[in-house]
Amino acid sequence: MSTVGTDRVKRGMAEMQKGGVIMDVVNAEQAKIAEAAGAVAVMALERVPSDIRKAGGVARMADPAVIEEVMNAVSIPVMAKCRIGHIVEARILEAMGVDYIDESEVLTPADEKHHIDKTKFTVPFVCGARDLGEALRRIAEGASMIRTKGEPGTGNIVEAVRHQRMMQSAIRRVQAMSEDELYAEAKNLGAPYHLLKQVHDLGRLPVVNFAAGGIATPADAALMMELGSDGVFVGSGIFKSENPEKYARAIVQAVTHYQDYELLAHLSKNLGQAMQGIDLATLREEERMAVRGW
Amino acid sequence: MRIAVIAVQGAFREHIAALKSLGVDAYEAKRARDLDGADGVIIPGGESTAIGKLMREYDMLDPVRELARAGKPIYGTCAGMIVLAKRIEGEDTVHLGLMDVTVRRNSFGRQRESFEADIEIPAIGEPPFPAVFIRAPHIVSVGDGVEVLATYGDRVVAVRQGNLLATSFHPELTDDYRLHRYFLDMAQAPVAH
Repeated sequence: MSTVGTDRVKRGMAEMQKGGVIMDVVNAEQAKIAEAAGAVAVMALERVPSDIRKAGGVARMADPAVIEEVMNAVSIPVMAKCRIGHIVEARILEAMGVDYIDESEVLTPADEKHHIDKTKFTVPFVCGARDLGEALRRIAEGASMIRTKGEPGTGNIVEAVRHQRMMQSAIRRVQAMSEDELYAEAKNLGAPYHLLKQVHDLGRLPVVNFAAGGIATPADAALMMELGSDGVFVGSGIFKSENPEKYARAIVQAVTHYQDYELLAHLSKNLGQAMQGIDLATLREEERMAVRGW
Repeated sequence: MRIAVIAVQGAFREHIAALKSLGVDAYEAKRARDLDGADGVIIPGGESTAIGKLMREYDMLDPVRELARAGKPIYGTCAGMIVLAKRIEGEDTVHLGLMDVTVRRNSFGRQRESFEADIEIPAIGEPPFPAVFIRAPHIVSVGDGVEVLATYGDRVVAVRQGNLLATSFHPELTDDYRLHRYFLDMAQAPVAH
């Protein structure tokens, strides 16, 4: 007897990605560069987030032909994004054999009220979160992996730092609570009690917790590890830099050796121009992706 | 006894927790120098391409080979099994190249085909053993001196060759630590290679 799609299999897949870098790619050539640099997975997209920002309009699931091209090019896992609440885009990605689905705020939400019931799927999901309550709501819906939202496509780390800081400080606070305080805290956070109890007992989320949204340099990636992330997603940061191969290699090594500062200095040398960043103060409220979802 | 768990990427934390729960001093090894004086090595699950590459770039392959030659036990789970193998189907590059087996990567399919199953491993005791297969490899063929410890269907999923141990699945994701105990017994009764 064998069983597919169990929590252990779905969450376990994310456990295997820990200490690794997941890179956004838009074609086979980029996917191969990512794999050769030591990426643990690639996220197949039609456009990286900074180009999604520029293009404007409604951002949807990528063309399946692009995703297939990437799946055929590499042997590492391939992830793809569907819109928040878009059950059918998710089913299409699952049917294609995508290894992990990102129900992502980078795309335009399809449902303003409901996220996908991810417990119904065999394929695992990763979801973005800004704080502990949001993370636990996504886990209750069946997310097997959490990432910070950050502010995608900006090359600006400040929001990812804010989100991971909020998450980690809330986890420490919950861990220190007495058991009878957890009921009220569950209400405060809008999070299911049984998941909050797990956070209290484990001192961390019950699933893997990555950083994403604004990572542009090896030092940014190491910073997110320092703040307690299990690994990082890099979106525009690699293929919008001057030298994607160098950035990809350096960021992979920076995540493994995030506390070896001499090595980080060496890894940060002569990389060429990082991606062009955006000061968040210049973004209009409706241009912010992190506020999508609840 | 000190067991080094290769910690360049992957599920190394779980192996360290498993070993510590068995009362063993287990620690993260990220650089060649971390392998000095280790009494055994575990190579965890993760992405074999990333783990192999990072071990190569940080000169960790030779120190592990030397520990293996000295009879210290080496255990690879999933990606770790691929890193241990002498032959990887369809690929020219191997990593440690220690174990006389040919492995096929992602042999059960993509993530949606990943599964849990109860298997039998007579060498460690009574069945069932809960085996978690995640985009798992399997062993296509074994050389002389390689003992098959477990199969699933017609696929070989656990093997031992002297002081080397490899499984396609992830005992570190369960709370059944009999394979870790088996590995520690290998460390206490070293076998000449």
